[in-house]
Amino acid sequence: MRTDTDHKLRKLLTDVLGLKPGQADGFDADSGLFGYLPELDSMAVAGLLTEMEDRFDIVIDEDEIEAEMMETYGALLAFAEAKRDR
Amino acid sequence: MAPCSLSQRRSATDEVMAVKPLGWSCPTPDGDERDEYALAFDQGRKPRLLIIPALFDEGNKLRRFAVEVMRRLDGAGVDSFLTDLPGTNESLAKLTTQSLDGWTAAMLAAANTFRASHVLALRGGSLIVPKVIPGWSYAPVKGATILRQLIRARILAARELGREETQDGLLADGCANGLELCGYKLGANLVRQLQEREPEARAGLAVIDQDMIGGSGLWLRAEPDEDREQADALAAAVLVGIAR
Repeated sequence: MRTDTDHKLRKLLTDVLGLKPGQADGFDADSGLFGYLPELDSMAVAGLLTEMEDRFDIVIDEDEIEAEMMETYGALLAFAEAKRDR
Repeated sequence: MAPCSLSQRRSATDEVMAVKPLGWSCPTPDGDERDEYALAFDQGRKPRLLIIPALFDEGNKLRRFAVEVMRRLDGAGVDSFLTDLPGTNESLAKLTTQSLDGWTAAMLAAANTFRASHVLALRGGSLIVPKVIPGWSYAPVKGATILRQLIRARILAARELGREETQDGLLADGCANGLELCGYKLGANLVRQLQEREPEARAGLAVIDQDMIGGSGLWLRAEPDEDREQADALAAAVLVGIAR
């Protein structure tokens, strides 16, 4: 079963990438994000992270942002889950 | 006034004639005046809406949405004016000399020039709304949030080039010397005022949250996009308010 964070993160990617409803349901842990989706430039990633802070009520420091966490959906979800558990 | 149906549409030829670029005289920071640009649907009608654009990258992402809202308002009998902020879009003024106070004065001048009866501020445009006319603030955002996101984008881009920068370091430098963020060269005044200013809550300026419009805000999109239903909803909210 999907966690609340998982649901919200899919919704957020839908909003940022302008996906059709349900399209983000197809993401699995290995789905490529940054580096695979040309829309996700540094401005879009900054927007995504700022919106994550808002919707998950977390604060993300720049030194926590690593290239690996933006590479796949699974890595970004793991980061969000870990931040919300803290 | 009684707004017409939102579904009322003009022919393409009518619309080309209805929408036009306008020049308006804008006060400059050194006390002079200079012409700035606005996109206008102007037929000399009584309800006249000044639209203050969102700031920086969000302004680009919401421009098409703003024009879609203007088309609907035009069809319903409302004139509207989407102004440039000095130093942005078609403006020949330098962005480095601008400030939120200067932009607020510019928007007051635009409101007077266009004899605006109402104002609609989009996102960060809510930080520079003239106090003299009633209207709406769509999805207002704090200046510090806008700044934080722009600085974050710069840090991420710099890191790809092997350069490490920090929020605190860039912000301190920006407040003292100005800062280039995502291609926007901001002067120290603008950086300092963004860091401090929040959208003003005042009587006569109603907040329209994204929840009232439905869907997700188009400023979030990685690429500029449009949404017919959202444009319908925002135009309808404005028309209901004007009719009151």
